Amino acid sequence: MKLETFSYLPPLSTQQVVRQLHYLLEQGLVPAIEYVEKPAARDHYWTMWKLPLFEARAAEDVLAEIEACKAANPRCYIKLIGYDRRRQTQAVSLVVQRP
Amino acid sequence: MTKTPAAREAYRAGVHDYRETYYDPGYSPEDTDILAAFRVTPQPDVRAEEAAAAVAAESSTGTWTTVWTDLLTDMGRYRGRCYAIESVEGNPEQIMAFVAYPLDLFEEGSVVNMMSSIVGNVFGFKAIRALRLEDLRLPVAYLKTFPGPPHGIQVERDKLNKYGRPLLGGTIKPKLGLSARNYGRAVYECLRGGLDFTKDDENINSQPFMRWRDRFEFVMEAVGKAESETGERKGHYLNVTAGTMEEVYKRAEFAKSLGAPIIMSDFLTMGFTAHTSLSLWCRDNGILLHSHRALHAVIDRQKNHGIHWRVLAKWLRMAGGDHVHNGTVVGKLEGDRRGTMAINDLLREDFIPADRSRGVYFPQSWASLPGVFPAASGGIHVWHMPDLVSIFGDDAVFQFGGGTQGHPRGNAAGASANRVALEAVVQARNEGRDLEREGKDILEQAARHSSELRQALDLWKEISFAFEGVDRLDPVRA
Repeated sequence: MKLETFSYLPPLSTQQVVRQLHYLLEQGLVPAIEYVEKPAARDHYWTMWKLPLFEARAAEDVLAEIEACKAANPRCYIKLIGYDRRRQTQAVSLVVQRP
Repeated sequence: MTKTPAAREAYRAGVHDYRETYYDPGYSPEDTDILAAFRVTPQPDVRAEEAAAAVAAESSTGTWTTVWTDLLTDMGRYRGRCYAIESVEGNPEQIMAFVAYPLDLFEEGSVVNMMSSIVGNVFGFKAIRALRLEDLRLPVAYLKTFPGPPHGIQVERDKLNKYGRPLLGGTIKPKLGLSARNYGRAVYECLRGGLDFTKDDENINSQPFMRWRDRFEFVMEAVGKAESETGERKGHYLNVTAGTMEEVYKRAEFAKSLGAPIIMSDFLTMGFTAHTSLSLWCRDNGILLHSHRALHAVIDRQKNHGIHWRVLAKWLRMAGGDHVHNGTVVGKLEGDRRGTMAINDLLREDFIPADRSRGVYFPQSWASLPGVFPAASGGIHVWHMPDLVSIFGDDAVFQFGGGTQGHPRGNAAGASANRVALEAVVQARNEGRDLEREGKDILEQAARHSSELRQALDLWKEISFAFEGVDRLDPVRA
């Protein structure tokens, strides 16, 4: 399965995910985490892991939530989203766990 | 409007200088006026004000002689006015004439009506040797009468679930001559390899070697198969351009019945009336619209005569289109960097300030019209990826035709090479790396994990298109 941005690159290391998180937060985007067991091309809605992380200020805050989501959903695909509220779109969307 | 009744004038038959009526340097344009910047090359014995006033007259209310019926209306309310003239740096034969048109001169929601006035008969006028419309300021009041893109950039991303990167497309080659089934094969290979879209070329309509219905069926099978294999949304721009609107609608309806997410129109050869109707159909039917600009270079390439592409691009955004071809800056087709970027902004942003160094003569506010994806197409390959991402940013479609299908191992490998290059460059950009300086390293590094990219990098190492452009921006006075 090819899912979201960076799906044609080798899986991102934690360090690489952290760098993308820095970008996301520097851009003023709102991080959010979603997961699903069986992804499909026409499935727009995965399950939300909590509400978007409006309070997150540091990459570590988001990383901790990603780890918690992984621990709770080891068999699921998990993606990281960055919401751009000004342009009403997502400006980041990448998979951080492939089972 | 005037508070006192207009003074009664006597009818003076005969020919008067245009500048008596249409040159008004004291006029301060209204917010609702349409403003035009014309590059005028007057005949050698015609004075600048007279030539400029003639342009204003012939593109609005005027004709060569006075007529008595002028006195039955309030010409002050309807006439276009040349309100400023400038010399052109480095070209003493030309002047820039700025004309203000009252909004009442134009029908709501009709690009065609604007064209018939502003770029109508006046372009053949004998007193001027050449005339070019460089820019238009469209007032918000007028823009609110236009539909704009059927969906726009954000809705397209939401529908197709593609975020945080430019989109990738590719035109199927050879342009003409494949059978429908073999054409579908080429589509399938590109899409399964990693392109988001493939595309009909502008002159693929319904020729004897490949009738449109057969093409649509095979292509949509290819799209569906690539989607289910990759788990990603895919699309192919099905060109519905045809000789009559009845045929255009028939093809569009059939594309919809097959579940096509996007169709395509050659908006200039088809004409703005036809394209606008199709755009409205697309909004009504939830189908994206790709707009190809075949014919544009006939109209926009010569610097002294015609219509600048930035004006045609503005008209396209008004009439509607979710994608439109713009320059690549780096590929085989015309388009300098600053001017191309300014037009990207005119297509994508809500407000664009005037900036002569980018060829933008007027500030432009787009009110609520959505943005259009610029499509960069023509002679681009993997080595261009760092520059393309750096120049265009995320909201663009990069179309690699030859740059996908010319790969030594075929379309899927070529598509994969492009996608790996794109994602590696986006990743590096997000990490704060300098794409223009480190681009080569970024690609070389990514190729370690992708034999497809490695081969593409080796194949296209030396290709560039280093010709001077024909249409260059004026130097700006210090």
